[in-house]
Amino acid sequence: MHVTSPVREPLIQGGKTYADVTEDICRHVEATPTKEWKIAFGLSLIVLAYGSVCLAWTWWEGLGVWGLNKTVGWAWDITNFVWWVGIGHAGTLISAILLLFRQKWRTSINRAAEAMTIFAVICAASFILMHMGRPWMAYWALPLPNAFGSLWVNFNSPLVWDVFAISTYFSVSLVFWYIGLIPDLATIRDRATSKVSRFMYGTFAMGWDGSAKTWARYEYISLILAGLSTPLVLSVHTIVSMDFATSVIPGWHTTIFPPYFVAGAIFSGFAMVQNLMLITRVVYKLEDYITLEHIETMNKVITLTGSVVGVAYITEFFIAWYGGVEYEYYAFFNRMTGPYWWAYWAMMTCNVISPQLFWSRKLRRSITFTFFISVIVNIGMWFERFVIIVTSLHRDYIPSSWAMFSPTRYDIGDYIFSFGLFFTLFLLFSKYLPVVNMAEVKAVLRSTSAQMPAKIAGVAKVRQRGTAEPAYNKDQE
Amino acid sequence: MAELSGKYLVGVYDDDDTVLHAVPKLRKAGVKIKEVYSPFPIHGLDEALGHPRTRIGIAAFMFGVTGCCVALTLMIWTMGYDWPMIIGGKDPISIPNYIPITFELTVLFTAFGMVTTFFISNGLGPGTHFHPRFDVRSTDNKFVMAIDMSRNSMTEDEISRALKDSGAEEVNIKQF
Repeated sequence: MHVTSPVREPLIQGGKTYADVTEDICRHVEATPTKEWKIAFGLSLIVLAYGSVCLAWTWWEGLGVWGLNKTVGWAWDITNFVWWVGIGHAGTLISAILLLFRQKWRTSINRAAEAMTIFAVICAASFILMHMGRPWMAYWALPLPNAFGSLWVNFNSPLVWDVFAISTYFSVSLVFWYIGLIPDLATIRDRATSKVSRFMYGTFAMGWDGSAKTWARYEYISLILAGLSTPLVLSVHTIVSMDFATSVIPGWHTTIFPPYFVAGAIFSGFAMVQNLMLITRVVYKLEDYITLEHIETMNKVITLTGSVVGVAYITEFFIAWYGGVEYEYYAFFNRMTGPYWWAYWAMMTCNVISPQLFWSRKLRRSITFTFFISVIVNIGMWFERFVIIVTSLHRDYIPSSWAMFSPTRYDIGDYIFSFGLFFTLFLLFSKYLPVVNMAEVKAVLRSTSAQMPAKIAGVAKVRQRGTAEPAYNKDQE
Repeated sequence: MAELSGKYLVGVYDDDDTVLHAVPKLRKAGVKIKEVYSPFPIHGLDEALGHPRTRIGIAAFMFGVTGCCVALTLMIWTMGYDWPMIIGGKDPISIPNYIPITFELTVLFTAFGMVTTFFISNGLGPGTHFHPRFDVRSTDNKFVMAIDMSRNSMTEDEISRALKDSGAEEVNIKQF
């Protein structure tokens, strides 16, 4: 009845039963915070506090505290924004695109990856607010009637598209994540011993009871949400790339940007997922759920998207030369050999060369190496955005306007703020919510477990399987 | 969700396959099953129980169409009529430029509309109830079948025996 290919290793190891899954995942939610968690949380709060002071000063004093000048008008702010949005993309890829492709391995990591998406988009949005300079005017980006100055927003502008794209992306991701959380919140609610947690988890579980009808609707809307999120996530980074591509700045004005940005986004996002998951699985002892197989699969995605990014870099270069537009030609060759050559080569080394090392099976199954490369990839992707933004701007059309950008402590402090925010949110999530989707893991447990199917239910009895009613085979999806 | 009343027989199963096979057997034997509660989705269970296919997709489509119309109306009216402006030498109403926002609002309306419909149709909401009504283990590792006695003509013993025969490890009585 349930045919499991013998070639594949089981997704969930350790011969887990359904009760084991509940127990393993709920343990850290129900336990009091560990010392490690408290230390990590304390450090994040310190980082966040430092960043907040820098941010407060940025807003109090104005954007003059940044290292921007009239030539380089966008630098770390937009670099960080694009970087964070890109990181968010992996979560949606795992939860939506892999759901459509019926990739069962996503079930162990989708919860945490989606949480990462939401927090990364919050960080990205904070840079949009920051670079406005006057964040209390942020509502001007919304299509509000003309009580605020008789003009509507310009719907032809990619910056306005971005407002819609990011806010839709954030809210739809949040809803998708929350829908997935409800059954697990109900599990925690039903195990809760204290009144407070019973009330809190019970409130957010919305009275979930897991009836067959509810589950059928749940699966149906999950599929539609996945179907909606898939083009949505592609549209978000497409629109982010159009912020650049629709301008006439040499180096930005290229049609390759949308696919190239999307590939880069998934590339950096998976690297961040690796970083977070490699720590989470050890801290919460989830090695049976997030196995080497998962890590290897994600490394394959990193290699694939890294190669797409590499091809995009080379294509961009070829077109800059072959296109015969001298400004374009100069912009690209200046990146490679001009004053920002180090940023360019940092990007090339980190993004093009490093993921190719994963062709070695030994390396892509090495946890230490994976962690190291994931950090490298994220550094590389940050440099990619820096290269695109700053090196395209720093050589203006008139040589007298040529300038360099150097970050001040507030540029750096505001970037640190986003790290503090991200890790604070992620640590809160990983303590108070189940980091693995229990319901989905239980659903794939049988078809992917190494154990005898009869043992999964926790009772070693011989069941009547394969006897009658072939019409109700649960593998018919 | 409607409040429950009366007497229920609750069959507790320890395996998703067993409960999936039990449902058609019991229905054939004439037992009217109210619902089965499980910790994770079991494919084919809703059809086995005879639940009609969900129509939430129709609602989702309607919300999507609404979102699309709202977006286009907003942009065409503001850009073309309320304050027409020529931007980049293009027609004030230039539909290709409106595609991204139309798409985003379509997705936004579909997602939120569909999820709201999901909550309402399942009777889910904050504070509706703080436990599964029939067996607390149904969100952990047990598969729980509820049978409304007032809707069944068979006796308690008959149903109880049928449940046991179909693989239930426990049969409990729940009175509301």
